[in-house]
Amino acid sequence: MKSAVIVFPASNCDRDAKVALEQMTGKTPAMVWHQDSELPDVDLVVLPGGFSYGDYLRCGAMASQSAVMRSVKAHADKGGMVLGICNGFQVLTESHMLPGALMRNAALKFVCKPVGLEVQETQSGFTRKYENGQRVTFPVAHGEGSYFADEDTLDRLEGENRVAFRYAKGENPNGSARNIAGILSEKRNVLGLMPHPERVVDDVLGGTDGRGLFQSLIEALS
Amino acid sequence: MKARVFITLKNGVLDPQGKAIGHALNGLGFGSVGEVRQGTVIDLELSGSDVEKARTDLKAMCEKLLANTVIEKYEIEIKQ
Repeated sequence: MKSAVIVFPASNCDRDAKVALEQMTGKTPAMVWHQDSELPDVDLVVLPGGFSYGDYLRCGAMASQSAVMRSVKAHADKGGMVLGICNGFQVLTESHMLPGALMRNAALKFVCKPVGLEVQETQSGFTRKYENGQRVTFPVAHGEGSYFADEDTLDRLEGENRVAFRYAKGENPNGSARNIAGILSEKRNVLGLMPHPERVVDDVLGGTDGRGLFQSLIEALS
Repeated sequence: MKARVFITLKNGVLDPQGKAIGHALNGLGFGSVGEVRQGTVIDLELSGSDVEKARTDLKAMCEKLLANTVIEKYEIEIKQ
């Protein structure tokens, strides 16, 4: 499985993503600068966490207009897989590659802690190695992670089984609508989620619940 | 030509910042304050003098970048 990690100015989880991909796939991902208009030939593109462009205007808004995002969209349009974590999820909604928006946390506080999630959908290349309803713990670290979409969009996401991860009961850290933590695109080749699976792939980091996501990708893309 | 764009959250979209400002104002003794909504003002200088073209351009700017129309609405004001 060949992968690339996009690096925006003020991305800060790009190296976490790189280390996790190296450890899980045995191959070093290409690190692609935001001004590069072409992607290398890869199976998976990761949009990492961070504060791209200083969160100017809105989180992910400036990044969505960067040169590399045109290639990322083209990659997804051809069926290529794209994983957006935290700020990467914000970039995906701002790019209209996923519906809805990520808004300021309901309690107005930056939250940084492990949260319990439920895997809601295993019919995807990102989640097939998990069990339906499996409880996992991923860390979150964000100030703008409250998922919002209109009721019709939320109904459609649920009706099409596109809610991949939900915050477990009592664990919603940000006021997200219907406890949504991560969603799939219509073609199920794009996943955006606020929690960080790449930070829990090694016991030394405090957990290994994120390994399933990378193992799913490896199986789906081999 | 100068233009001002007002970006605010759509009706029905929760505004936790506005709510916190409202509470703070109530706490300062401004008991008359009810709901508060916070927004953004962007001032732009534009070349050219065609107001209609400017309005069309500004609308496109709002749709493409300045506002996130999933959650926000915008108003355009042009000052010549």
